[in-house]
Amino acid sequence: MSATRGEVVTEDPTPEQSLLVDRRNIGDPVFKGISVGSGMLILAILAAVAAFLIIQAVPAFLTDAADLKYGNTWGYVAPFLFGTIWSSFLALLMAVPVAVGIALYISHFAPKQLAAPVAFIVDLLAAVPSVVFGLWGINVLAPALVPIYQWLGANLGWIPLFGGKVSGTGRTMLTAAIVLAIMILPIITSLTREVFLRTPGLQEEASFALGATRWEMIGQVVFPFGRSGVVSASMLGLGRALGETMAVAMVLSGGRNITFQLLTSNNPNTIASNIALAFPEADSHAVPQLIATGLVLFVITFVVNMVGRAITSGRGFQWPFKRAGKEA
Amino acid sequence: MSTDTRPDAPLRDQYMPRESLTAGQLPKFTDLGLLVISIAVAAAILALFGSFNLVGAIVLGGPLFLIGIFALAFNVEGQRRAVNRVARYVILGAFILALVPLVSLLWEVISKGLPRFDWQFFTQTKRNVVGEGGGAAHAIMGTLIVTGLATVFSVPVGLFTAIYLVEYGKGWPKTVITFLVDVMTGIPSIVAGLFAYALFSTVIGPSKSGLAGAVALTVLMVPYVVRNSEEIIRLVPNSLREASYALGVTRWRTIVKVVLPTSISGIVSGVILAIARIIGETAPLLVTMGFTDSMNTNALPTGSMNPMTALPVFVYYEYTRPGRPQQAYFDRAWTGALVLVLIVMILNIIGRYVAKRFAPKINR
Repeated sequence: MSATRGEVVTEDPTPEQSLLVDRRNIGDPVFKGISVGSGMLILAILAAVAAFLIIQAVPAFLTDAADLKYGNTWGYVAPFLFGTIWSSFLALLMAVPVAVGIALYISHFAPKQLAAPVAFIVDLLAAVPSVVFGLWGINVLAPALVPIYQWLGANLGWIPLFGGKVSGTGRTMLTAAIVLAIMILPIITSLTREVFLRTPGLQEEASFALGATRWEMIGQVVFPFGRSGVVSASMLGLGRALGETMAVAMVLSGGRNITFQLLTSNNPNTIASNIALAFPEADSHAVPQLIATGLVLFVITFVVNMVGRAITSGRGFQWPFKRAGKEA
Repeated sequence: MSTDTRPDAPLRDQYMPRESLTAGQLPKFTDLGLLVISIAVAAAILALFGSFNLVGAIVLGGPLFLIGIFALAFNVEGQRRAVNRVARYVILGAFILALVPLVSLLWEVISKGLPRFDWQFFTQTKRNVVGEGGGAAHAIMGTLIVTGLATVFSVPVGLFTAIYLVEYGKGWPKTVITFLVDVMTGIPSIVAGLFAYALFSTVIGPSKSGLAGAVALTVLMVPYVVRNSEEIIRLVPNSLREASYALGVTRWRTIVKVVLPTSISGIVSGVILAIARIIGETAPLLVTMGFTDSMNTNALPTGSMNPMTALPVFVYYEYTRPGRPQQAYFDRAWTGALVLVLIVMILNIIGRYVAKRFAPKINR
């Protein structure tokens, strides 16, 4: 990998050896300097994001809890942290099976001419701004789900998840999770599709040659090959869901109530959504604490994304359940 | 070579009489017929309970169809084929399931956005407007300014980083930067907004301005520009570079005169797609730019408040803080959403078109 891209030709010849010495060649070092500088600037930006968030958030952690607007910062962020993780988990639970299904449809089921348009349509979902998803969620989805929620509450209310007083507006945790699921569907689909498309064709044909049906072939060849890809795509989707702001802020009727109940109007808010709702009106006492919650969110998504990317690039991760005798 | 490798493809038809082959198979029209029957049955059941509707019939008919096709195929074709059939329809169902929100959303945005999709919306601001009338000219202008600034900031940085990664980078700095750029694409947009706010607060004290919004968007846009440009620059064949070096051209002139012109269409397309990614961002602008009903073309942080409105933020506030009559505010919000969706779609289409139409013919 390393010896490509004209490296051979561009070993700078020493002046004595060189036939064509351009003594006024200051362009090269300058251009290289700008390029390297830009690369370093990326690192600097990331470092600055962390640094300035920390600088502004420090008062929230050091000041006495009684002097802070929202009390102890850890106590303040806890319900939002729970809401963030719970909603993202639910969204992932719904999005991954559907995304894998669509990816399979594009890679192994759809007719050749249909695969590209289908992929484009799914990508269109990614192009819709989140505030529009919010509008749609609160106007269309939430009211449409209310009858279903009422039915669930009446008939399955004994399950703790569906317990509590059913919301009349439909702005519940489950609705927010569904909107999140729709929003992270495209990224999971496109990454999973890429992996499925790279399944070795010879292995697929070998499976067919042994008499497998299409679905059996997928179970024998495509899934084992694409498993780490699906995991990594899910992690990246999770990162998106954790940080999604506007759609949740508009759809979820959120507070500071830690509960697993899905259908009530008394839900834990998410970190991002809470910031969006509280920040525009926040005074100088509230800002450090809101930035502190943002810092918590930054750290979590950073870790999740790092793990996801590390799996993609194939370093340091091995799927633990390899089926025996499959490596040939 | 035939590409149809399905085990159920009737390859042996040529050698054996057909009846014996189709004996163990369901006829072709079975699936469609059963689907129609299932939905009809579901509709009948719903009608029996007195709550007939088409959506319910389809939602109930789907599982009915799956059970039916499984039972039928299980008896005629055996378990393996039956599972295969069900799996195929579940997967097709996943795709249709994803279409539902997209179609519903587009329909809703278009039908509710059209009433105010008029000249006034694009030419007037909301200054001193109570109730009906007014428009989003200030918000559209704000979006153009902020997105334009973010593009101006992020294209040089992103492009040069891509050049570094492809042309100069080696060893661990390259690995680390590649990795961190990937991770950076996952920074939540609200965190980018908080960063920009924190940056300006630390340097010049608490303030809200278009510039802060542009900085937030830059953080979100740079990684996309890097990734898109890097992929394209990497595609430029080495033979082109070597031909240039062989003529004694210096390295940077090779990059400027050979590499970049070859990949320019891809770079432009990548930048357009990156703009499409960030133009709909709401959260970072909500945090950094404040909100105003007036036209403001000055993005600099003069004083503590120099608020500027962007279109997504306009949509958000029109909807969440309506005055009276509410409907006028909701209408403006939906039209704003329609304009946003249109902008993003058009940018996406232009980006893809540029990439295709002006692509260099590398493999001659």
